[in-house]
Amino acid sequence: MTITYELSHLRALEAEAVHIFREVAATFEKPVLLFSGGKDSVVMLHLAAKAFWPAPLPFPVMHVDTGHNFDEVIDYRDVTVAKLGIRLVVSSVQDDIDAGRVVEETGAGASRNRLQTAALLRGITENGFTAAFGGARRDEEKARAKERVFSFRDQYGAWDPRNQRPELWNLYNGKHRKGEHIRVFPLSNWTELDIWQYIQDEEIALPSIYYAHRRAVVPRDGMLLAHTRFLELQEGEEPVEMLVRFRTVGDATCTGCVESDAVTPEQVVEEVASTRVTERGATRADDRISEAGMEDRKKEGYF
Amino acid sequence: MGPLLRIATAGSVDDGKSTLIGRLLYDSKTIFTDQLAAVERTSRERGDDTPDLSLLTDGLRAEREQGITIDVAYRYFATPKRKFVVADTPGHLQYTRNMVTGASTADLALILVDARKGVLEQSRRHAFIASLLGIPHLVVCVNKMDLVGWSKERFDEIREDFRRFAMKLDVHDLSFVPMSALLGDNVVNRSTEMSWYEGSSLLHHLEEVHVASDQNLIDARFPVQYVIRPHQDFRGYAGTVSGGVLKPGDEVAVLPSGFTSTIKDIWGPGGEPVAEAFPPQAVTIELADHIDVSRGDLICRPGNRPHVGQDLDAMVCWFTEQSSLKPGTKFTVKHTSQQVKGTVRELDYRLDINTLHRDEGAETLSLNEIGRVRLQTQTPLLFDPYKRNRGTGSFILIDEATNNTVAAGMIIGPRAQTANVVWHAPAVTREQRATQGLTIWLTGLSGSGKSTVAVELERRLVASGRPAYLLDGDNLRHGLNADLGFSAADRSENVRRTGAVARLFADAGNIAIVSLISPYQADREEVRAAHEAAGLAFVEVFVDTPLEVCESRDPKGMYAKARAGEIRDFTGVDAPYEAPERAELVLRPSDGDPTALAAAVLAHLDR
Repeated sequence: MTITYELSHLRALEAEAVHIFREVAATFEKPVLLFSGGKDSVVMLHLAAKAFWPAPLPFPVMHVDTGHNFDEVIDYRDVTVAKLGIRLVVSSVQDDIDAGRVVEETGAGASRNRLQTAALLRGITENGFTAAFGGARRDEEKARAKERVFSFRDQYGAWDPRNQRPELWNLYNGKHRKGEHIRVFPLSNWTELDIWQYIQDEEIALPSIYYAHRRAVVPRDGMLLAHTRFLELQEGEEPVEMLVRFRTVGDATCTGCVESDAVTPEQVVEEVASTRVTERGATRADDRISEAGMEDRKKEGYF
Repeated sequence: MGPLLRIATAGSVDDGKSTLIGRLLYDSKTIFTDQLAAVERTSRERGDDTPDLSLLTDGLRAEREQGITIDVAYRYFATPKRKFVVADTPGHLQYTRNMVTGASTADLALILVDARKGVLEQSRRHAFIASLLGIPHLVVCVNKMDLVGWSKERFDEIREDFRRFAMKLDVHDLSFVPMSALLGDNVVNRSTEMSWYEGSSLLHHLEEVHVASDQNLIDARFPVQYVIRPHQDFRGYAGTVSGGVLKPGDEVAVLPSGFTSTIKDIWGPGGEPVAEAFPPQAVTIELADHIDVSRGDLICRPGNRPHVGQDLDAMVCWFTEQSSLKPGTKFTVKHTSQQVKGTVRELDYRLDINTLHRDEGAETLSLNEIGRVRLQTQTPLLFDPYKRNRGTGSFILIDEATNNTVAAGMIIGPRAQTANVVWHAPAVTREQRATQGLTIWLTGLSGSGKSTVAVELERRLVASGRPAYLLDGDNLRHGLNADLGFSAADRSENVRRTGAVARLFADAGNIAIVSLISPYQADREEVRAAHEAAGLAFVEVFVDTPLEVCESRDPKGMYAKARAGEIRDFTGVDAPYEAPERAELVLRPSDGDPTALAAAVLAHLDR
């Protein structure tokens, strides 16, 4: 006789994320949403817009720009920002290099991935942001599996994994002093498959490179790297054309693509549901540095 | 798309916990090949022969180096039926705070018992934390059955042992699965070694366990989180429903002001109209009247309000080694969308979570210790007891100097005014009385035949020389409960009082027969728990007569009046009835006439 009131898992995850957005908007002076044009940040922006309907988004978005971008992603970013009428802040790695604040890596496998941390922290400090929404998910990587939804950063932007605040129920502690900030991860409990099912359900537009297309790629270390103007070919390497799509989108020099013929969200959902390799394992050279690669970068202030 | 099930696990590597989780992930095909390859590589480097599946969950460098789990790790897996979020926590005493954290949002707890060792102190501690944090379902995994020769006797022994302990706790749904996580028996697939076990495999149980009714759907509670006001024609109150069901058209009260209004519209995220909002939906509510509402206020039904108060009793778990909890300390208290200053005034006792012994002489709580405190807040909180509502019954304490979260709190209720009333130990023990009592609790719809069965039962018991007394719901409303109406809160109070009286009768050596609609599961469970705590038997009898049959009988003409709208909140018509989930006995019209049904109850007693 009891009536059943039950949410589907996607609606439960959506409700959890919406709660987090509202909590931050209500309790932080100056939040910002980190937006790269990658699928997780696209879903995050979509959820944020839904959380405050019918009002506009009450905070700006920030892109940490490595300068090594896929053109399709930058186009997508600009169109989306214009459509939602929100303010975009760009913090650029190139500016740091030009000003001599960081030194660019050289040699084989050089990437600007690690340099992003400086640009990210500078963007937060210069703009006085007190909370930064990130699209990281706990299923991505094992250091992330332990990170809180509200993750405290000290005045140097550093994360101390051994000294995290306990986080219970939906009571989030965002208290911090001047100069410190909180990283907020509304998608903590989502998996790659949840993200794609939600994209399918909500018909969310993505940069075209997430779907199968023909492209010149360079096989390296068991990955397929896009042959772009930023990638220096090593000896003996020869670009080949293949039908591929990207599972993650980051710096163009260290983001690999996978062979795929999935051209719709349904087909991607099917592909993701049957895949046996994690998205970072398959496509991110930056995460292959060491067993604790992510933990070490996060301690320095990385996403 | 299935719903989400949040699971908390507690245990150490010795119990085979990591192996169990690894097995669940592996057999449900959730471990990815690159993860498995990384685990195999690391195990080889360490000189292990077999891949150590605990490496999958122990994500921090310090954990891998020390081979221990020090934090809560979240794992995700899915089957076609459900999505699972596993909060995996270490089991040792020094990680109680991590267990408490992982348990706070869980629907179900997995507790591991090594079949060779049986129920240890640690298993009891895990069960206690699960019950303290209000996890509705507990599954005891009796692991390593292969090492005890798949023995049914051993399993039964452990089960009885555990049950005896769980009687003292507030555990609503307890199940046991004999298994071997190492060999995979009864984890995902049924074991072929234990044909005596008739239950399902663990995964099957996790897929099927019914959690929708765990939510409190009775007490409408909507803490306002954020006010959305894009222009003067729209003023929406955004928040997450933390109890009950809210609908457009509902009359509501806004606390603490007490102003009433009507819900004009409810909007889901993105502006989707919502016909009924229930937990844990995040919605935006528009009211018909322009009244002043802001973050921290709470929207509820006028006839069913939470407590409003500044002085309350709570259980707290202390989380930091940098300081200890001492009476007189000030904190920031975070509760629903309220953030207020508060002071812990008294520490009533510290609980030994291994023995449940209460140390009333304790003066402080240190890291991982749990105790009962009196909390006073600078401004009133709008709260419910944690047992009734996790959302409005929980809070955290934040240290004002360090900004750290230093304690988790579960509200018991408003500060008891009986603090100076002591319990007098009787000089007569129960065994010295001429007869031993118990309570028979008949629940069911109006017109289901409860009273007829109860009258017959009382007649037969007394005729056979056994002391029995009928406490009839209608009759009690002429006296003891004359001040109560039929709102959800009054019905709860009605059940509480009747339950307390029944317990006294039973304690005195009588068979108390209660005939009461008692529509809410939580209320009946509280009466049951009070009986169990007093060591008295409680026999819940569900008189399961279909609504149509009750309505056609309509002995008091009440259904007709309810249908005509003359009376409101009538159970079965416009108020809910929650059927018992674990009644000792279910009586249906097909089982015979009232005499036969009474005989069935007697037969049950004699068994």
